[in-house]
Amino acid sequence: MLSKRIISCLDVRNGKLAKSVKFVDTRDIGDPVEKAREYYEDGLDELVFYDITASSDQRDIMLNVVEAVAEQVYIPLSVGGGIRTVEDAKKLLWAGAEKINVNSAAVQRPALIAECAHAIGNQNVVLSMDILKVEQCRELPSGYEVVINGGRKPMGVDALTWALQGEELGAGELVINSIDADGTREGYEINLTRMIAEAVSIPVIASGGAGKPEHLLEVLTEGKADAALIASMVHFGEYTVSGLKQWLDAKGVKVRLSY
Amino acid sequence: MQVAIVDYDAGNLRSVQRACHKVGIDAYITADPEKVIKADKVVFPGVGSAVSAIDTLHQRGLFEALSEVFHSGKPFLGICLGSQIVLNHTEEGDKDCLSLVDGVCERFDFADRVLKIPHMGWNEVVIQKPHPLLRNVKSGDEFYFVHSYFIRPTDKDTIVAVTQYKSEFCSILAKDNLFATQFHLEKSGEKGLHILQAFGKWDGGDVC
Repeated sequence: MLSKRIISCLDVRNGKLAKSVKFVDTRDIGDPVEKAREYYEDGLDELVFYDITASSDQRDIMLNVVEAVAEQVYIPLSVGGGIRTVEDAKKLLWAGAEKINVNSAAVQRPALIAECAHAIGNQNVVLSMDILKVEQCRELPSGYEVVINGGRKPMGVDALTWALQGEELGAGELVINSIDADGTREGYEINLTRMIAEAVSIPVIASGGAGKPEHLLEVLTEGKADAALIASMVHFGEYTVSGLKQWLDAKGVKVRLSY
Repeated sequence: MQVAIVDYDAGNLRSVQRACHKVGIDAYITADPEKVIKADKVVFPGVGSAVSAIDTLHQRGLFEALSEVFHSGKPFLGICLGSQIVLNHTEEGDKDCLSLVDGVCERFDFADRVLKIPHMGWNEVVIQKPHPLLRNVKSGDEFYFVHSYFIRPTDKDTIVAVTQYKSEFCSILAKDNLFATQFHLEKSGEKGLHILQAFGKWDGGDVC
C-alpha cells in the first residue's frame, strides 16, 4: 500500500533558509543544505524548496543550493519559485531537482504547465496554488480564490476551476497552499484540501497551517490529502520527522518507517 | 570498472550518476553506442515518455547496442522506464521495445478513480525470490515510485518482487545479467543506494 508522504518545505532566500507567517515577516533561520541533510537522515519522504529570492539576478544561488542538496540527499527534491520558462525548469532539473513547481507564472500563462509537462514529463511538473478563502460568488463558486505573487495579487480565478485546468494541462501533482492558514500553526484548510483532492485524479499535497501532529492526521484522513507539507513544526525543533511519522503510524496512517 | 549511463535525453541522468558516485561507482553519461558496448556495466535510467525514449534510442543506434550489452552477459540495470523498455511491447504509444524479457507494459486504469495516477510515492516492495542485489534490503522495505504504466512479465520466474497498488504488479524484474526496478533507486534513500552499491559489485551471475 502506498504510504502518505511527509514533505518538508524549505523557503530559501539568497541561499538562506527563511520562514514567513501569512507570507510576510520573513526571517532567516539557517542553512538549507544542513537542514535538508538532517531531515533526510530522520526519514523525510520528500523535500520542497521555494526560492523566495526577490531579485532574479540572485537565482543562480538557488541552483547552487539545489546542487549541494542533491549531492547529499537521495529522496525526491522539488523546487519552485520564479520558474517562467521551460529553460528555467530544465536548469533546475539538471542541478538535481526531481520536480519543478510552477505557481504565479502558470496562472498568468497557463500554457507554461503544458510546455513543462511536454519537455520534462507530467510527473515532474507540480502546480503549486496559493489560495485565499473568499465570499462565494458567480465568478468564484467554490469560495476560494487563486492569488499570486507571494499572496499579494488576487486573480479572480476560482481555485477548484484552476486545479482542474492544471490537471488537464498536464500537471502531475498539486500543492494546495492556504494563505489563511500559512504559518498560523492552527491546522490545514481541510475543506479546501478535500474539495480539490476529491475533484482531481492526481496526487494532492496539503500545505499551510501545520502546528500539531493532529493537524497532519486530520488532513491525511478527512482532508483526503496524499501528502502533508510541514515547515515551522520541524524547522524550530519542536517536532521531528521521525517522531511525527511514528505518531501517525500509531494512529493507523500508513507512513514509511523503514529508512 | 566503468559504468555507462545511457543518455536518451531523459531528465534524471545526473541524479543517477550522483547516486552512483555516492556508492563508489565510476559512472559516465553517454549517448554513444560504442561507449555503451565498451562499458563494463550499463544503467538504463528512466523518466519521461516511452515513446520519445524509444524513438531516441533508434535514432542514436542505442537500441541495438543495449541488446548487444544484454546478450554479452554484462550486468545491466534498468530503472523505472528502464524496466519497461526491456519487455516486448508497451501500451504507451503502442511501441515495440527491446524484447530482452518476454512481457508487456500496461497503463494503470482505475475506472472508479479510487487511486491516483501516477502511482507516486513510497510503497512496499515484497521480495518473491532472493537475488544478489537484494542482500542488504528486507522484504517490505519501501522505495520511491513515479509511474503510470506497469510491467507484466510473461514468465513468473522473472518476477523478483511485487508491490500493491490496488492490485499487485511486478516492481523488480530480473533475468540472467539483467536487473530492473520500477521504482527509482536513486531517489529511494539509503535502501536504494544499497541496491545500487550491490550492482557496483555484481558480476551478473549467482542468480537463483
